[in-house]
Amino acid sequence: MLRLTCPHCGITAEETELRPGGEAHLERAGPGASDEGFEAWLFARKNPMGVHFERWRHLYGCGKWFIAARHTVTLEVFGTYPAQTKAPPADLVERIRARLSARGGQAEPGAGAGDGEGGKA
Amino acid sequence: MSRRVTFGGRLIDRHQTMPFVFDGERMCGHPGDTLASALLANGIRLVGRSFKYHRPRGVFAAGIEEPNALVTVGEGPRATPNLRATVVPLVPDLAARSQNRWPSLGFDLGAVADLAARFLPAGFYYKTFMWPRWAWEKIYEPLIRRAAGLGPAPAAPDPDHYEQIHVEVDVLVAGGGVAGLMAAETAARAGARVLVMEAAAHWGGRAPVEGEEIDGRPAEIWVEETLARLTASDKVTVRSRSLVAGVYDHGHVVAVETLDRPLAGGSLDGAVLRQRLWHIRARRIVNACGAIERPLVFPGNDRPGVMLASAVRDHLINWGVAPLERPVILTVNDEGYHTAELLLEAGIAVAALVDLRPKGAGALERALRARGVRVILGAGVTATHGRKGVKGVTIGRVKTGETLTRLACDGVAMAGGWSPSVHLWSHAGGKLLWDEAAQLFRPDPTRPPRGGDGAPLVIAAGAAAGDLEIGAALAGGRAAGLEAAEALGLERPDMPLPASRGRPAGTRSGDWVVPRRAKAAQKERMFVDLQNDVKLADLELAVREGYESVEHAKRYTTWGMATDQAKTSGINGLAALSLARGAPIPAIGTTTFRPPFAPVTFGAIAGLARGPLFKPLRKTAIDGWHEAAGAVWENVADWRRPFSYPRKGETREEAAAREVLAVRQKVGMLDASTLGKILVKGPDAGRFLDMLYINTMSTLPVGRCRYGVMLNEQGFVIDDGVVVRLAEDSFLCHTTTGGAGHVHGWMEEWLQTEWWDWQVFTLDQTEAFAQIAVAGPKAREVLVALGVKGADISPEGLPFMHSCAAEIAGIPGRIHRISFSGELSFELAVPADRGLELWEKLAEVGAPFGITPYGTEAMHILRAEKGYIIVGDETDGTVTPHDLGLGRMISKKKTDFIGKRGLERPFLRRADRWRLVGLEPVDGQTLLPVGAHATDHGINMFGQRRAIGRVTTSHFSPTLGRPIALGLVERGPERLGEEIDFLTTEGETIRARIVDPVFHDREGRRLHG
Repeated sequence: MLRLTCPHCGITAEETELRPGGEAHLERAGPGASDEGFEAWLFARKNPMGVHFERWRHLYGCGKWFIAARHTVTLEVFGTYPAQTKAPPADLVERIRARLSARGGQAEPGAGAGDGEGGKA
Repeated sequence: MSRRVTFGGRLIDRHQTMPFVFDGERMCGHPGDTLASALLANGIRLVGRSFKYHRPRGVFAAGIEEPNALVTVGEGPRATPNLRATVVPLVPDLAARSQNRWPSLGFDLGAVADLAARFLPAGFYYKTFMWPRWAWEKIYEPLIRRAAGLGPAPAAPDPDHYEQIHVEVDVLVAGGGVAGLMAAETAARAGARVLVMEAAAHWGGRAPVEGEEIDGRPAEIWVEETLARLTASDKVTVRSRSLVAGVYDHGHVVAVETLDRPLAGGSLDGAVLRQRLWHIRARRIVNACGAIERPLVFPGNDRPGVMLASAVRDHLINWGVAPLERPVILTVNDEGYHTAELLLEAGIAVAALVDLRPKGAGALERALRARGVRVILGAGVTATHGRKGVKGVTIGRVKTGETLTRLACDGVAMAGGWSPSVHLWSHAGGKLLWDEAAQLFRPDPTRPPRGGDGAPLVIAAGAAAGDLEIGAALAGGRAAGLEAAEALGLERPDMPLPASRGRPAGTRSGDWVVPRRAKAAQKERMFVDLQNDVKLADLELAVREGYESVEHAKRYTTWGMATDQAKTSGINGLAALSLARGAPIPAIGTTTFRPPFAPVTFGAIAGLARGPLFKPLRKTAIDGWHEAAGAVWENVADWRRPFSYPRKGETREEAAAREVLAVRQKVGMLDASTLGKILVKGPDAGRFLDMLYINTMSTLPVGRCRYGVMLNEQGFVIDDGVVVRLAEDSFLCHTTTGGAGHVHGWMEEWLQTEWWDWQVFTLDQTEAFAQIAVAGPKAREVLVALGVKGADISPEGLPFMHSCAAEIAGIPGRIHRISFSGELSFELAVPADRGLELWEKLAEVGAPFGITPYGTEAMHILRAEKGYIIVGDETDGTVTPHDLGLGRMISKKKTDFIGKRGLERPFLRRADRWRLVGLEPVDGQTLLPVGAHATDHGINMFGQRRAIGRVTTSHFSPTLGRPIALGLVERGPERLGEEIDFLTTEGETIRARIVDPVFHDREGRRLHG
């Protein structure tokens, strides 16, 4: 059971207090979008073996949505930030890069090889 | 025969006896005994029948790894099946039964399976019981389940109690042996909050049994003193009989504490507090669970009398029981020699010591020979003899299997080396390392399971880390405590390492299987997994048939599965695969260790969440009145709602029909409080609702209502309800009863994650208001009698789809003129705490008008007669507004709303989609079953008859005096008047006519009354 700290209320919440919301920073494809664009918005998800930016709602708490940067293999949480943004904060991205390169070369599957590693996912 | 001896017995109280019953026979043990030690003390060797072949089995181990002695303890609803007799503490009058035998343990008819064992190899069921397909479920599986298996689950609810506790600690130490205690004291001395859990009832692990010394005194004294210090510390919590069952993500640990304690204050039924499930959040976890001795694989190695050497020592020293009286000791290291010495010291004869190693054990060997014990080197057991227990063994050469001699004995004590209990390390993803010298898998410290902070979560210590010597175990425990303290940012404590002395196990033989080149018939009797009856031959067969991967072989043969979780069978199975594939063990890999480490009862998992506490039941403010009125209930989402209010002699359906007619002819009242009521407020509220609904809400005048439909991004209907504009900047959105929570969540998701710059607040007010629908031709008269102030409720003052604030019978609230029945209808919303008051007044003043409370069934019939849809009945997540005939509602002006792009997909606009229609059985009397499908000529791509529609709602209409139905039918609205055939599950056909979905008052005159 994961534990994530809600950046809105500061509570470190159990997974059972949270609602998962899938990949973060998707661009909504509304009317006029191409079939490919709409398909991507509806269905195409990254599912990386590595760093994943994912949405969570502190459902049984303050009710706010936030985004967690989490390693899907080691389950390391690099940080959380409010969902009201289109891209991860630059300092977090920098921190993730530093963490991954510090651990680089370690024989953990997927570590550092994440699809969403750094930058805008 | 096994018996109690005067030697040893440090855990039992010989001065007291304790009666118990096994398979109906009364016996006596001592306080401190386990069921297994008490059975052995009573000379019971045969304790169970094996899972698949019903082979006789006896006590094999002395702890949680026991694969054979699985028993059912307790009677009736208290019976707990599949308990390991080796860890069941003896209590007065304990009643235990053996399992998987019929009619009796000694004479078991199921044992014919053993005669046919060669014809029942791994995968036999998959291969044999394939055809005909239907027979698997109806014949084969029930038969197999009866023949093979464990103890039956009790049929009645468990009367005992189980509770759960949530705690947070800095360091959890799993295992109360010397390594665990050392780690705990080190971490506690650094200032960490520590929880130490030991699965057994006693502390110290193996050190007191093995005669090891710490600080120049028996290890037992050090254990006692350390435990006393830990218990006295306010930083430390210690719990025995507490099994750490699983380590999960981010340091979530589940442990089960067994209490068996009478409930405080007593209880009439004598219920006890059976177990407590711990949910632990630990910042660091020390796995000090020790190691499990490994059996050896040889022909007939499952007969009662074949045991782990460590279990022989445990029973002798801990419980004063000699499980064997003249054993052959079979060893791969020096521990067999230690075992032999101990037996001699206890006055027990040793038939022979058989060492797989050709070179023997030097001084130990000479000492043993000097005491007259026969020692045979480079040899192993190649056969065991005796029907229900070992009476003799054949000794043969390890390499060739060539017979050397045959010995009379009553069992075999096997010292096969040790397997660290790496389970907790592996549960959360820790990786293992093959230690070639020690011939074991140990945790790889460079690949630990990690916590949320990215740092190592689990630290292994002692035998669980592969450090089998006491000195290394103490040092490992201390290092683990220091590592945990450092990781927590605590200062390094001053923690001296005590001096210690143990008995080295010496070099291990590289052999696992005797004889190395076994004959096919021998392999059929060489058991790798005793609990699941998996033999060497099965694993070889798996490899031959292509199931070479360790995970495939495991599933094909069931080796190491289920509750065993590869405790005694793990490495031997790998060794078998290694031999079959001709590859070294590390190349074979390991299977995945999964929680729980040992079985956890359902009672503990459920805790208090059973019966009415399983899930909270939501009740409206008026619920008590409904109950008193004799309502029969229907659960809607988490709510309970009156289905109908049957009078004496009425069925629930008859009551609903009466209620429908009351609404149509006079007036009815419905508790509609469960409807979702979400307040949406702010400068951008209108703009937001325009995105949420297919129609336009921003243009709704204040005080007006509009029916709205919500889609998901795919364009499918997810909810509907009436929206009321309360003020320029605020809207009240009604949702379906089941939809309130997720519609509110849906709103918040869009507001917070997509349009976070829009100024809108939402508030789910569902429980804040009671809502009562007053419906029927006399509804207005009832309201007038009730007394409404501050509002004009005349047809002109409050027309259909208008809403106003009002004082209703002295209660401030709102009146919405909305209708789900097709009748003149007012929905009265008042604060929830005054809902019952309003309801009671309505019942009182409405009585002269014949007001009738009606339930959900009448509501459903009333709406069906009007052709109103219900989300979840007429929709199933694949239905669009066009399919429901609501296409006209979709705003053409809006450039965007949720689902607009989805609806543009061409296949959703195809003419042959299934669309909403009314259905009337042609015979005018047969009720169409909900879910029945209509079929047409031709077949689909699967060769089935082509379905062209289905029934979504079906009722007998009291208003019309005949059955009516709603359904979705291919090109439905274009086919009015056509007749189609619906199939029932009984294979009958019901012909129905396609009609308009509105059956009653098509013009809506009554509604506007």
